[in-house]
Amino acid sequence: MRVGWLLLLLVWSTLSQAAIDPYGFRDDAERARFQALTRELRCPKCQNQDLADSNAPIAGDLRREIQRLMAAGRSDEEIIALLEQRYGEFIRYRPPFEGRTLLLWLLPGLALLAGAGLLLVLTRRRRPEQTLSDAERQRLAQLQAEEEP
Amino acid sequence: MRRRLLLCLPLLAFLVLAGLLFRGLHRDPQALPSALVGQPFPAFSLPGVQDERLFTRQDLLGRPALVNVWGTWCVACREEHPVLTRLKAEGVVIHGINYKDDNASARRWLAEFHDPYQLDIRDDEGRLGLDLGVYGAPETFLIDARGVVRYRHVGVVDQRVWDADLGPRYRALVATP
Repeated sequence: MRVGWLLLLLVWSTLSQAAIDPYGFRDDAERARFQALTRELRCPKCQNQDLADSNAPIAGDLRREIQRLMAAGRSDEEIIALLEQRYGEFIRYRPPFEGRTLLLWLLPGLALLAGAGLLLVLTRRRRPEQTLSDAERQRLAQLQAEEEP
Repeated sequence: MRRRLLLCLPLLAFLVLAGLLFRGLHRDPQALPSALVGQPFPAFSLPGVQDERLFTRQDLLGRPALVNVWGTWCVACREEHPVLTRLKAEGVVIHGINYKDDNASARRWLAEFHDPYQLDIRDDEGRLGLDLGVYGAPETFLIDARGVVRYRHVGVVDQRVWDADLGPRYRALVATP
């Protein structure tokens, strides 16, 4: 009797496994490719989640579509281009590097450089004059001599 | 003088940033620019809601029309329905794509309320929806007589949306085909 229950539980556990991963991948490389692609693309409905994370029905549809395209032998670039055609550039977390996106890509680096430059200028300017002229040195010695009893 | 200008720089940078952020406050982050505007309506071959006769892209051509993506599971579609019905009464051509729905419920919906659609297309699996870049119903596309998508509205079509966005564009297309 107990063995029967255990067997039943065992069967159930494989069912829950199937609910998590319904896609039939040929090998681990294909699975890794799928995971990389779904992390690279944004869900159009819940906009701060990638396709791998999102529970929205549309994200499920798109995951299935990606799997279908992979099974049809399309390359990663082709799959991203196909989805971009339908959902726009928005779907890519990493927009392409081109004239229009130049500012987007370069601004953080430029801001860092500008900040570093500013810091350099300010610290240079503040450094006080440390060397004394001969006349000043003489006067200092005189003053110190006067102070001593 | 130059020094004073330099001192104003942080204030200036702050004002620019504040301006950008202020503008961002008033924009709808859910509204995506459609990739399909200016592109031909995707090809399809799908059965109808009422019968199994296949519809294709050819059936949409010939005159400007609204293509409305809807489903009985979509609460906002219920809100939109009376507006579409009124638009139909005014002579606006509207086609319906029943998106990822149960066919029996869809038929009941159309019988129970009113059917504002010229063509009732059934997209069970959401393949056409995928080609259209649909990410939430209701969505409404405006196509011209040659089947080119001219405008897309995501969300409920109410009187305000019709008066401000869809209506003028539709009338312009009808006036100059």
